[in-house]
Amino acid sequence: MVTSPAVLAVAGQLARTASRPWTLMEVCGGQTHAIVRWGLDQLLPQGLRLIHGPGCPVCVTPAETLDAALQLAQRREVILCSYGDMLRVPGSSGDDLLGVRAAGGDVRLLTSPLQALAVARRYPDRQVVFLAVGFETTAPATALLALQTLAAGVTNLSLLVAHVRVPPAMAAILEAEGNQVQGFLAAGHVGAVMGLSELEALVARTRVPVVVTGFEPLDILTGVLRCVQQLEAGEARVQNGYRRVVRERGNGEAQALIREVFAVVHQPWRGLGVLPEGGLALRGRYQQLDARERFSELNGPHRREPQAAGPCIAGTILQGRATPADCPAFGGRCTPEHPLGAAMVSSEGACAAYHRYRPPPWASWLHE
Amino acid sequence: MSERIQLAHGGGGTLMQQLIERELKALYADPSEVLHDAASLSPPPGRLAFTTDGYVVQPLEFPGGDIGSLAITGTANDLAMAAARPWRLSVGLILEEGLELELLRRVVASMRRAALACGVEVVTGDTKVVERGKADRLFITTSGIGVVEVEAAPHPTAIRPGDQLVLSGDLGRHGVAILAARHGLQLEPPVLSDCAPLWPLVEALLAAGVQPHCLRDLTRGGLASALQELAVAADVGLRVEEARLPVMEPVRRTCELLGFDPLHLANEGRLLAVVAPEQLEAALAVLAPAGGEWIGQVLDAPPVARVLLRTTLGTERALLPLSGELLPRIC
Repeated sequence: MVTSPAVLAVAGQLARTASRPWTLMEVCGGQTHAIVRWGLDQLLPQGLRLIHGPGCPVCVTPAETLDAALQLAQRREVILCSYGDMLRVPGSSGDDLLGVRAAGGDVRLLTSPLQALAVARRYPDRQVVFLAVGFETTAPATALLALQTLAAGVTNLSLLVAHVRVPPAMAAILEAEGNQVQGFLAAGHVGAVMGLSELEALVARTRVPVVVTGFEPLDILTGVLRCVQQLEAGEARVQNGYRRVVRERGNGEAQALIREVFAVVHQPWRGLGVLPEGGLALRGRYQQLDARERFSELNGPHRREPQAAGPCIAGTILQGRATPADCPAFGGRCTPEHPLGAAMVSSEGACAAYHRYRPPPWASWLHE
Repeated sequence: MSERIQLAHGGGGTLMQQLIERELKALYADPSEVLHDAASLSPPPGRLAFTTDGYVVQPLEFPGGDIGSLAITGTANDLAMAAARPWRLSVGLILEEGLELELLRRVVASMRRAALACGVEVVTGDTKVVERGKADRLFITTSGIGVVEVEAAPHPTAIRPGDQLVLSGDLGRHGVAILAARHGLQLEPPVLSDCAPLWPLVEALLAAGVQPHCLRDLTRGGLASALQELAVAADVGLRVEEARLPVMEPVRRTCELLGFDPLHLANEGRLLAVVAPEQLEAALAVLAPAGGEWIGQVLDAPPVARVLLRTTLGTERALLPLSGELLPRIC
């Protein structure tokens, strides 16, 4: 339950602290949802702007990876498994995995990667492929799946990996031409896994303050306040605003799993292009689990990103250069029922958040 | 008789006669009418309301009710929303081969109790049996006739700017009860479905001189869907106050844990009354003792999003019906 007096007190303090306009980015889609859900921007002093970041794993998974998943899911011997939101994201042709399932493909929704191992054991004559997406938060669970698959000697399970790393995306946003971001609210759950050291390196290099922040209204507004306090004082540090969850060194066991199974690689992000060190790929003996090795018809992992279909401007939105309301398709041709882009599908996508809490006047269902 | 439903129970022969005679007769107010093809009715003077609904809830039995109580109460409540006193009902049963007879007995007994509570009489019915795998154990359809007790029946088109919104009780219990039954959640304290007749509340409102502009029972889609439907049908805007929306603690906790919004969860015994501002006090006098609350009002000019929610932080956002299906087969 939200305790409004505390939130309003922080809003008051913020109004007294901000002496000029500042632009901050909340990195994570979960934070974006909370901001729009609670109307937190309505509590900010004039001139203080929050722009929405790329922290929606479903949104940044490259269309090329989805195309590979769609291609595999159509094979008779394949059982394709992934998380719920991924099943509705259109690939470059506009098809999605639910469509493949309706046409007879065996596509299954999992809530934990280890379930894929159980599926593989149950169907030894089939090829089970797990489409592994997400940030540093889900990578350890994928790593555990890889580890256990090899340990168990299961040979009919492979991984289609599109794991991404957050700090390179933050760096890319700051380095992009016309960047407006002066401070970051970093994602608390990524911090819980990775700790603060990567963010400290980023701040040392870019001199832009970062506050690791949770997802409740009070967490977010307090994060904004601390970021503005730093900016007003001319400081740039990493602050941990989510101490009840985030330890300075993060979760050592989870990091060890990631290091064991994955190597840092350049990675295409949907809408943002290839980000240096922006992703994770299977390394060493775990490469034998790579679906791209097992199914030779899939192209290499870093094929050029196809152009976004139609009028979707999700790439610009993910870079914080536009809001969903700026998109000509928003709420008209592009809705949660008929998404043109991943940001309208995912429960962490900015377009989905706006559509749910700030629909445009032309949204058809408002008049039906 | 065997302990499970067989195809022959729907075949029109001896087994079917036995099923009706031994198990289904209990449904009827006047069992002598059971074997006729049609009931003959002598309606009281005035206008009638007529409605129909199908029930496919899973599981068939859940905390606070079952498919039988839902099938009677839900249809009676639809009549009550037209300010009609529930009067006569028909019951159609579709049984799957293999259905446990003991379960059917429990459901029939529950329907009988619900009919008494709603003040309706079941006067006609039908029973079919389908092969195993062609239905999910038991489906029920009910149709109902009610007697309209006001001059101008409540209707969305009667809603006017300035009207006030009164909710009859707390939100989301039916949805959470179904969820808990389906997934084996042990909630403490347990959450029971709010499934209950609404006519007594409507009757009390009318007796207190309240002439509701509109009544709406909150079923699938919860309060959010009901508000959106009313706003669109009446071509008005609505604003509700989050701080005034009653949600019991275990419902709130379950929703937070699972990422549901109680405003999207189904109810089976809650109504929203839209009343003229000068009748708000009288409406609250009736509904507040039963847990009712004033929750908002009809706006002078419709905002873009039709329905606004003022959050507990004092900010405003759109309150939209859920897109897609939250919980299939909730009723």
